[in-house]
Amino acid sequence: MKLHDVVEILDAKLLIGEDRHRELEVKTAFSADLMSDVLAFAKSGSLILTGLTTPQVVRTASILDAAALIIVRGKIPSGETLQLARELDIPVLSTRYILFETSGRLYANGIVGCVEKIGGTRDGES
Amino acid sequence: MNRAYEKTFSVEGDNFDNAGTASIEIKKILKDLRIDEDVLRKTAIVVYESELNIISYARSGNITLYVDDDTINIDVKDEGPGIEDIDLAMQPGYSTATEYIRQMGFGAGMGLYNIKSCSDLFEISSTPNVGTRLKIIIKRNGR
Repeated sequence: MKLHDVVEILDAKLLIGEDRHRELEVKTAFSADLMSDVLAFAKSGSLILTGLTTPQVVRTASILDAAALIIVRGKIPSGETLQLARELDIPVLSTRYILFETSGRLYANGIVGCVEKIGGTRDGES
Repeated sequence: MNRAYEKTFSVEGDNFDNAGTASIEIKKILKDLRIDEDVLRKTAIVVYESELNIISYARSGNITLYVDDDTINIDVKDEGPGIEDIDLAMQPGYSTATEYIRQMGFGAGMGLYNIKSCSDLFEISSTPNVGTRLKIIIKRNGR
């Protein structure tokens, strides 16, 4: 689906990424509040769902070439975090749904985990 | 590539505001050098985790990137408390991070383990009260 559809499903605010949310295709996601785990397990091109709002979340997303950041639980990142996201070209959404609901709603609409379980992978699946 | 590329980045301890800036710059350099995507991703993770380790635990440090036709070499050297028990520090989940570091989303005890899993060669040495040194090689073959 397109990032635009994600915005609709999550009743989210698109904070950064107005220029490309209609074209950006997303298929996978990773949810965590630990950036160390995001670095260890998330794959490039995935959505990153988190309740953290520090600039490090944006830098972590940039390092991994994540598709976009989805900030859950209604949090709005600081101006500094959003400015960095604009500079590094990382779309940012904010949704009022909790992490569990956000993940579930996306899964119900066809987004899957970028890894199914640790030690397993979705690589090779069509 | 006709010539090898080398650059050293200095990282200041405890400066979380800039955490990740050296890594993002290194990632841009590697992109310009047209490094394969998978190798680029592994290198970016290694450098980012190393940078965060220096900021979280050391007074200061350096990250040296050296790229030739076959390999990416990353040397990390810090001046800081060092690591008493390296085997323990390598275990996933083991961490000595402060509450502040954890609030930033780091300090989950995955850093060194994550660096090692992205490396083709990983060497670590440390002297308590002096500092820690990492030597990492990521192969560029399989391009």
